[in-house]
Amino acid sequence: MKLMDFFKRPRTAPVARERLQILLAHERAVSGKSDLIAILQEEIMAVIAKHFPIDQDGITVKMERGEVVSTLEVEVEIPTPMCPTFPLPKKAVPAEAPPVAEPACEAESCCCEEAVEEDQPRAAAG
Amino acid sequence: MAKVMVVTSGKGGVGKTTSTAALGAALATTGKNVVLVDFDVGLRNLDLVMGAERRVVYDLINVVQGDAKLVQALIRDKRLPSLHLLPASQTRDKDALTDEGVEKVIGELKEKFDWVICDSPAGIERGATLAMRHADVAIVVTNPEVSSVRDSDRIIGLLDSKTEKAEKGERVQKHLLLTRFDAARAGRGEMLNVDDVLEILSIPLLGIIPESTEVLRASNLGSPVTLNNPTSAPARAYFDAAKRLNGEALEVKIPSDRRSLFGKLFGRRAA
Repeated sequence: MKLMDFFKRPRTAPVARERLQILLAHERAVSGKSDLIAILQEEIMAVIAKHFPIDQDGITVKMERGEVVSTLEVEVEIPTPMCPTFPLPKKAVPAEAPPVAEPACEAESCCCEEAVEEDQPRAAAG
Repeated sequence: MAKVMVVTSGKGGVGKTTSTAALGAALATTGKNVVLVDFDVGLRNLDLVMGAERRVVYDLINVVQGDAKLVQALIRDKRLPSLHLLPASQTRDKDALTDEGVEKVIGELKEKFDWVICDSPAGIERGATLAMRHADVAIVVTNPEVSSVRDSDRIIGLLDSKTEKAEKGERVQKHLLLTRFDAARAGRGEMLNVDDVLEILSIPLLGIIPESTEVLRASNLGSPVTLNNPTSAPARAYFDAAKRLNGEALEVKIPSDRRSLFGKLFGRRAA
């Protein structure tokens, strides 16, 4: 038997197959996930930006995968323009001379004024 | 209705250009009007494999940039009148290809031909994504080897997200072409077998091209293997794959070149 083993070369293909299966399961999960989160973040921001002036960094989207349910956590920071201590993102400053290039600016500054009355500077959804 | 097909793989050297030439010629022999478009700007080779390297005057970039008309750049094959080649540029870099320019050229080609076959460069950069951009059908060329399978998986992901079809919510029809397959080695467990690769990549199988000296022999001569030696094992496999692309339901077999003992002993020739 041992002599036979000496002449028989080990089967390497099953090892290749197993390594690939493990690796690709991981790579697919990672690439699929990051893509989805990036898309969600962009789309959610577009919707909120219609109503509040928000900063690019003011939104975080997290996804946690559980065994039974997965959760999607969205946290959006909305600046309160009246509060002097709140650091205003550049975009949210109600500009005195709005840049001419942005046609949406008029509507945005309009929203700004409405946002003044908002009590909650942060909205979170779980 | 014209079909745009991309031949892609991620990894280099697995047989994209060989397969583009062989499948294009096989489709052209069935009477279809075929054009092969080389997207490998800067490293073009389809012209060489097709034996048309000395006939290139204008190329894809000249057409995209409006320096030449499409008909001026198209090279008609000397063996098959329904087979054409649109070469890539050897001197320019791939940034010279614009999205709009490529879209326009593909649109024009679709009016003239039944099959527009795009030979993708290796990698996942701009050249590769532009080659797959307008595809209806994709052939993922894979060797039964770990790095090729991994890269093919990555390319399948791109086909599902970065193509025009994917962005419209439709699907590019994907096919696996397993090349350089050695049935004996797979049987001994030294090489991934067909089922392993199919299970991992889970896209339908278009064909299995056996490892063969005929492939190198054909490229040495500048002829697609399907024209150079149509009865050889790889050529038969490519012809079957072409039939499947035309909608025929054929069982996938692994053709082999059976050689007699005499042939084995004395049949060895320089490739």
